[in-house]
Amino acid sequence: MKSFLLPEFLVERDENRCIQCKVCITQCGFETHYFDEELGRVMHKEERCVGCQRCAVFCPTNALIIRPHPWNLRPHANWTKERYYDLTKQAETGGVILVGSGTDKPHRIYWDHIVLNASQVTNPSIDPLREPMELRTYLGSKPDALEIKDGELETELPPQVKLETPILFSALSFGAISYQAQESLARAAKEVGILFNTGEGGLPQSLKEYGKYAIVQCASGRFGVDLDYLENSAMIEIKIGQGAKPGIGGHLPGEKVSEIVSRTRMIPKGTDAISPAPQHDIYSIEDLSTLIYALKEATNYKKPVAVKIAAVHNSAAIATGIVRAGADVVVLDGLRGGTGAAPKIIRDNVGIPIELAIAAVDTRLREEGIRNRASVIAAGGIRCSADVIKAIALGADAVYIGTAALVAMGCTLCQKCYTGICNWGICTQDPKLAKRLNPDITTERLVNLVKAWSNEIKEMLGGMGINSVESLRGNRLQLRGIGLADWELKVLGIKGAGE
Amino acid sequence: MKGIYLSKNGRVVVDAKDIYYRDLNRLLQKIFVERHPKVIELRNVTGQRYIGTRIRGEVEIDIFGTPGSDLGAFMDGPTIKVFGNAQDGCGNTMNSGRIIVYGHAGDILGMSMRGGKIFVKTDIGYRGAIHMKEYKEKIPVIVVGGTSQDFLGEYMAGGVVILLGLNNKSHRATFIGTGMHGGRIFIRGRVEDYQLGKEVGLEEPNEEDRKVLEENITEFCTYFGYEPSEILKGPFIKLYPKYLRPYGRLYAY
Repeated sequence: MKSFLLPEFLVERDENRCIQCKVCITQCGFETHYFDEELGRVMHKEERCVGCQRCAVFCPTNALIIRPHPWNLRPHANWTKERYYDLTKQAETGGVILVGSGTDKPHRIYWDHIVLNASQVTNPSIDPLREPMELRTYLGSKPDALEIKDGELETELPPQVKLETPILFSALSFGAISYQAQESLARAAKEVGILFNTGEGGLPQSLKEYGKYAIVQCASGRFGVDLDYLENSAMIEIKIGQGAKPGIGGHLPGEKVSEIVSRTRMIPKGTDAISPAPQHDIYSIEDLSTLIYALKEATNYKKPVAVKIAAVHNSAAIATGIVRAGADVVVLDGLRGGTGAAPKIIRDNVGIPIELAIAAVDTRLREEGIRNRASVIAAGGIRCSADVIKAIALGADAVYIGTAALVAMGCTLCQKCYTGICNWGICTQDPKLAKRLNPDITTERLVNLVKAWSNEIKEMLGGMGINSVESLRGNRLQLRGIGLADWELKVLGIKGAGE
Repeated sequence: MKGIYLSKNGRVVVDAKDIYYRDLNRLLQKIFVERHPKVIELRNVTGQRYIGTRIRGEVEIDIFGTPGSDLGAFMDGPTIKVFGNAQDGCGNTMNSGRIIVYGHAGDILGMSMRGGKIFVKTDIGYRGAIHMKEYKEKIPVIVVGGTSQDFLGEYMAGGVVILLGLNNKSHRATFIGTGMHGGRIFIRGRVEDYQLGKEVGLEEPNEEDRKVLEENITEFCTYFGYEPSEILKGPFIKLYPKYLRPYGRLYAY
């Protein structure tokens, strides 16, 4: 069938600058560029370009500009280019449209409508350069009260994990991402004293030494889950849902199930790794509790167990169920959370923004007097340190960063993760592409990011006159809303600016 | 330790009456580590969960009564014999070892099982063998003497399920093998097309399959006292996944 679609991107090659070095040809895994023997010069097939900018960045003479195709259809507010494009593609294929990364739709970003406070006169601000500033965070269930006898703690504390800064790398599974990418996350987590998350792809044997810094996931596919995997971890996470695709599972396409992926997941090479939509042993809060305690039994009650859900309409009620089911940590993944592959229609339309979910869950857990029983991790759409600090002030204990970590590694959000081709070596199992990622350098990039954010968080905390991140948690008086309706302020539990 | 005594042949007996599951499992672990028994016998088991979960290594655990959910979840090594019925989640994500149930078992038997074998004398509930897996020689096996409820082998990614339909039991389950993309299901007796998931094909067992059937049915018979040659007469059908990538065609790339 003749496709009626134009290419998504234009490749503009400045022939005066191009030295025919063919770097663009070797860099593009989508085979956009090629050498035309007859013409004796490098040419391109624009329809293959995904706009990842790899060729442009690596072109030694800056001869390439990659930009969205103008595609000058008659402007139409209802039938936008995207609506037209997707519909046409479906008319031509009959398929569900797949996509990678978090939603690119302009759902309201509440972070950008919330401003922070700073101390002036009546309460001095603190200078983090000359005074200690505490970012250390412990995740896990906290007892209702502490009993101390003769200066010794009598109460038996539930298991806690220590973070040097309230940031964690969110679940990115080996299989979806390359070995080099997982190694980089693991090494960076170790270096800055935080945790990375294996996602549901297991932990390859050769990365076992990083188990102490790993949150290991037990998801609906149960890939790579055995006692060794559970024991060699800092924390266990039961994945119920994901912000990018609430309510549905995941299919790691067979092409990405290479030899080492198959060994780590314990499934045959080349078969789809299918994670069903629900966990089939969990159809209720009681069933969830059964799995939480199965995992605690399996690890002798030494690991905190987290439960991750997508932020949806009834998150607050669900979260109290999760806490009462025995979870030590509740993870909320918002509407803007990333993914390696999701149906676009779900990514763009299902779930609620994380800001509202954090506030609703924190409020509800406090009202029920059980906020101490579990830590809350917020995920899905954290882009900078201000987002982190606002998330904590709304009620989170820490945040997961996924997309931000990928961008630090080189991701340009081309959204083609599901193809198995990633010119940046991140989201691929093609050894030629994956080896582009040098774990030494990528680790450094990730470490730099976490350090920079941590310093910024200290600056902002100091400005508020607070010297410990603990004192910021749920401290919504430090926040004010701008341009928000009354209901939004009410859900967020904050006042409007100037109030 | 109260309620425990050591008999002659390295057999430790525990009266599980009124012992909370967490304490019982802690006790089992302690007995296993400190006394290296060949057999631990649990009497008066009344719904205690996760029995066998944390014990890694070879030991036989004989259970009299009714063990609770997730019997042998994540289990790695032991042989569990249940002289009674098993509840839901038996063998959940089990890694190795044996579970032998001298009765029936509840839902999600052997869910996401990775290795080891489960033998159930009579019937099993819904979603048995769901998302079972295999990797190279590590092939989990479930043999059921009677029949199963719906969704047997849903999303199955590997392993072997054998449903024997003994005592002239007819198979009523529907959606068998929905989303199946690995492994094999053998059924003794008849199933109609409408009972099968869209992703499974149906054929006669081949020679290699006969070997698998013989080996596992023989073991089944050693536990429950049936005659293997009688059962092996069949007739057997084999369900296999039609596609390694059942949903690959659903998407526009």
